[in-house]
Amino acid sequence: MHDKTLTELAAGLRAGEFSSRELTQDLLGRIDRLDGRLNSFITVTAEQALAAAERADAARATGEAGPLNGLPLALKDIFCTRGIKTSCGSRMLDNFAAPYDAGVVERLAAAGTVSLGKTNMDEFAMGSSNENSFYGPVKNPWDLDAVPGGSSGGSAAAVAAGLVPAAMGTDTGGSIRQPAAFCGITGLKPTYGRVSRYGMIAYASSLDQAGPLARSAADCAHLLGAVAGHDVRDSTCVARGVPDYTTDLDAPLSGLKIGLPREYFGDGLSPEVESAVREAIKVFETLGATVRDVSLPHTHYAIPAYYVIAPAEASSNLSRYDGVRFGHRCEDPADLIDLYKRSRAEGFGEEVKRRILIGTHTLSEGFFDAYYKKAQQVRRLIRQDFLDAFDEVDVLMGPASPTPAFDLGANKDPVSMYLQDIYTIAVNLAGIPGISVPAGFAGNRPVGLQVLGTHFAEAQLLNVAHQFQQATDWHLRRPAFAEESA
Amino acid sequence: MQWETVIGLEVHVQLATRSKIFSGASTAFGAEPNSQACAVDLGLPGVLPVLNEQAVAMAVQFGLGIHADIPEVSVFDRKNYFYPDLPKGYQTSQMYDPIVGPGEVEINLEDGSTRTVRIHHAHLEEDAGKSLHEDFHGMTGIDLNRAGTPLLEIVSEPDMRSAKEAAAYLKAIHSIVTYLGISDGNMAEGSMRCDVNVSVRPKGQEAFGTRAEIKNVNSFRFVERAIEFEVERQVELIEDGGDVVQETRLYDPDADETRSMRTKEEANDYRYFPCPDLLPVVLDQAYVDHLRDNLPELPADKRARFENEFGLSAYDAGVLSASRAMAEYFERVKDVCGDAKQAANWVQGELSGALNREGLAIADSPVSADQLGELIVRVLDGTINGKAAKQVFQALWHGEGGSEGNSADAIIEAKGLKQVTDTGAIEAMIDQVIEESPGQVAQYRDAEPDKRGKMIGYFVGQVMKASRGTANPQQVNTMLKEKLDALC
Amino acid sequence: MAIEHADVLRAAHLARLGLDEGEAAHYLDDLGRILEMVDQLQALDTEGVAPMAHPLDATQRLRADEVTETDQRDDFQRCAPAVENGLYLVPRVVE
Repeated sequence: MHDKTLTELAAGLRAGEFSSRELTQDLLGRIDRLDGRLNSFITVTAEQALAAAERADAARATGEAGPLNGLPLALKDIFCTRGIKTSCGSRMLDNFAAPYDAGVVERLAAAGTVSLGKTNMDEFAMGSSNENSFYGPVKNPWDLDAVPGGSSGGSAAAVAAGLVPAAMGTDTGGSIRQPAAFCGITGLKPTYGRVSRYGMIAYASSLDQAGPLARSAADCAHLLGAVAGHDVRDSTCVARGVPDYTTDLDAPLSGLKIGLPREYFGDGLSPEVESAVREAIKVFETLGATVRDVSLPHTHYAIPAYYVIAPAEASSNLSRYDGVRFGHRCEDPADLIDLYKRSRAEGFGEEVKRRILIGTHTLSEGFFDAYYKKAQQVRRLIRQDFLDAFDEVDVLMGPASPTPAFDLGANKDPVSMYLQDIYTIAVNLAGIPGISVPAGFAGNRPVGLQVLGTHFAEAQLLNVAHQFQQATDWHLRRPAFAEESA
Repeated sequence: MQWETVIGLEVHVQLATRSKIFSGASTAFGAEPNSQACAVDLGLPGVLPVLNEQAVAMAVQFGLGIHADIPEVSVFDRKNYFYPDLPKGYQTSQMYDPIVGPGEVEINLEDGSTRTVRIHHAHLEEDAGKSLHEDFHGMTGIDLNRAGTPLLEIVSEPDMRSAKEAAAYLKAIHSIVTYLGISDGNMAEGSMRCDVNVSVRPKGQEAFGTRAEIKNVNSFRFVERAIEFEVERQVELIEDGGDVVQETRLYDPDADETRSMRTKEEANDYRYFPCPDLLPVVLDQAYVDHLRDNLPELPADKRARFENEFGLSAYDAGVLSASRAMAEYFERVKDVCGDAKQAANWVQGELSGALNREGLAIADSPVSADQLGELIVRVLDGTINGKAAKQVFQALWHGEGGSEGNSADAIIEAKGLKQVTDTGAIEAMIDQVIEESPGQVAQYRDAEPDKRGKMIGYFVGQVMKASRGTANPQQVNTMLKEKLDALC
Repeated sequence: MAIEHADVLRAAHLARLGLDEGEAAHYLDDLGRILEMVDQLQALDTEGVAPMAHPLDATQRLRADEVTETDQRDDFQRCAPAVENGLYLVPRVVE
């Protein structure tokens, strides 16, 4: 059962081939046997999962089952879960059990899904390799020497390893799309405001967005439909109808206009990644799409702008972790300043501290205009690049990451790590949706094709990705790791 | 050297919303510690602010009340600093684009004159919690019930030139916000708090001196005293060859002095930036117009109307319009009795005197406006005379008019205070007084005619006494004069 | 814009992050290189471009003034490090 898509598992549940409880038990067994080597989960909630599965089975017996009823999945440990540890990958919240569920968690529970637990992540979602977790790095199931990507690395690895058919992640600068690419699965970052951020621990509020990681675009369509929509508790969540994202999955792609941003195929792009992506684009041409080059002239300013805006917001968002009302508190503080400084020094890891320091510095007096205001102006130019491009083409395509998954420990330098996100980060600044789909391999490591659309074009992205997956089988490949215990 | 004082005020007004500015927790005062601090107020991970429409409406009403510009777009910013009563490590406020632009407030000075103080802007922000310093094993306890209560911070231009003007300004703000009903204005409970910026400069000098900021002055009286102390301190300092330091000071009402807060805290750097969890607030013109159309009459307008329409003096109009409760009471009395001047005299005289003696607010007056109005009606229609009216008022005040009604009429009836206007009855009493006072009658007769006017007082007093105060004094006077003159 | 040791210490203090001298030196090096990368922004002419704080041009929605929250103090204080009589405790704050 572990290598099936959500869509296939839903059919099995509907047909009574297995119960949700059996499915849940099977996957909990796999987590138990395999995750010791992957480290993709921070918390496994076996007891709650079995109870939820039984409720789902009971609901099905009384005919009250929705399409996602009884399907297991996992939640990045950034989503607050009532009464269950919500660590955000940080020592700071190692002792924190949230008193409420995130909006996403509520909706998934209401749909009858069964959460198996909370997945590992870079601390406070800051990282591109999952090496910044207080709970240790996650391994890539395709190659245990490689990183799974980040920051939703645990979610991506768990899905790729067949521990769970789908998982929820968050994406602030590529944190869904890049790990999906590194782990050979499908990951969708929706339009900013499409999914509620309520109860999702903030990294950079104007960039953060939740989305699904799964084995197919169709599965992502189902999950997005379940979690998207207005939430009055999040002022930035958009009051806009949620379409049925599965309706258009089978629409033909003839006449689709694809733009290839020149800047996404330049220096630093690994030749293996480039050739996989170019092969994938040829597939679209055979499906009737036309391809042309476009330009996103401000692409190279995206990383500099991001590393002003995101740390600035983060430095403020993370001020609430002060050892007073929840979270880590140092032993025997001498005075108030000592309480703050030691609790935060002990509770936060190195990358988090680095970003808090950058953000604090760039917002401080004398630097604000040169850094923050400038970055916000550049942000507008970057969004305009995309809007101009979408006047000419329907979607943009390119690599999700300049390289396939790199080795654990290979990127010691923060700046070179940041540059890994060159193809994903501008998307968050502009607020547009993006999806990464498996498109081949570089050696034994997967390559992801990224497809971008204009604001609220999720249905189109899912249609494009689904049609690609009907024509290719990259998304059906499973790592040997997943079969070891089978 | 002659010194001039320059004062600017930042007044924080707690808005009288039911729920907090960014959460659905109650704003009620005096609850159990932290029982009204919800996840948003506590800054728990992942929760987000959603703006209270009533806080916005109240801020706009204030803006309209001071004839301010109401910008179409206002933006919330974060003011970042660490303090235990500030749960998120930042205060959500408005730094660059406040909800209320420049406006002006008319203040009433003691001599009955008025002055205009310019308002720089007013912005919305969230209140902080409270630190309780009683001993918790050497620790401080934090109560976050107040955290997230909506505040309107009203920032004046440095337009005031004396402690009295500053106090008058604070009263004017108090009067506007309570008239609008956007705050209870309760300074004792901290619903209105004020930071005072004070500097001095040689008279005639244009440039401002270095100012000190006195934090958290929480009564009209303390504002005056704190400024008086601070001005004296600054003038002495400069005259002794020293310099005023720009700093934050605290006013200690017990010692009646301001003291420097420890300067250990280096210059703050609040790192303001737009709050990414909140979007720009956009007010359309129709919304603003609707609020403008539904604005109650404000103190300055009421005062002008009292003068022009009712013919009250500037002083009386000022006193009676100072608070909405006072003005409403007065207008009701006036409506019931139909005589504005009588109503004004009674409200400012007997009623205010009684309220002051017992330390009561007009809202708690045991004599209602209707009761007082009906009492005045009985004076105006001659049922009772002025002396009896005071007796009736006292009886009303003490609830002697019976459990039902406690009306002036019931008291007049019960106490037999109805004025005697029956000529025959009065004549009988006069005759008796004349008969019993042969000596005084003789003196009257022997006196020069122009001295007799003064002497008649004795006879009037005796007749009134005989009538137990109920005889119509004018009538008694006239009839006595006729009788006595006939004897001459 | 170069960053100096004192800037790192100042930022660490503003952010209430305890750093020892060695850590400060380490972060100075990192931050220097990050800001060097960020400084590429200065090459771009942004004259007349309005700063953009949110990716969508949406406006703030307002909430009705209703009390919707109930007392959950016990639940919220379950994860608090130090409470007494319903109050959160911190080392004495000197006024």
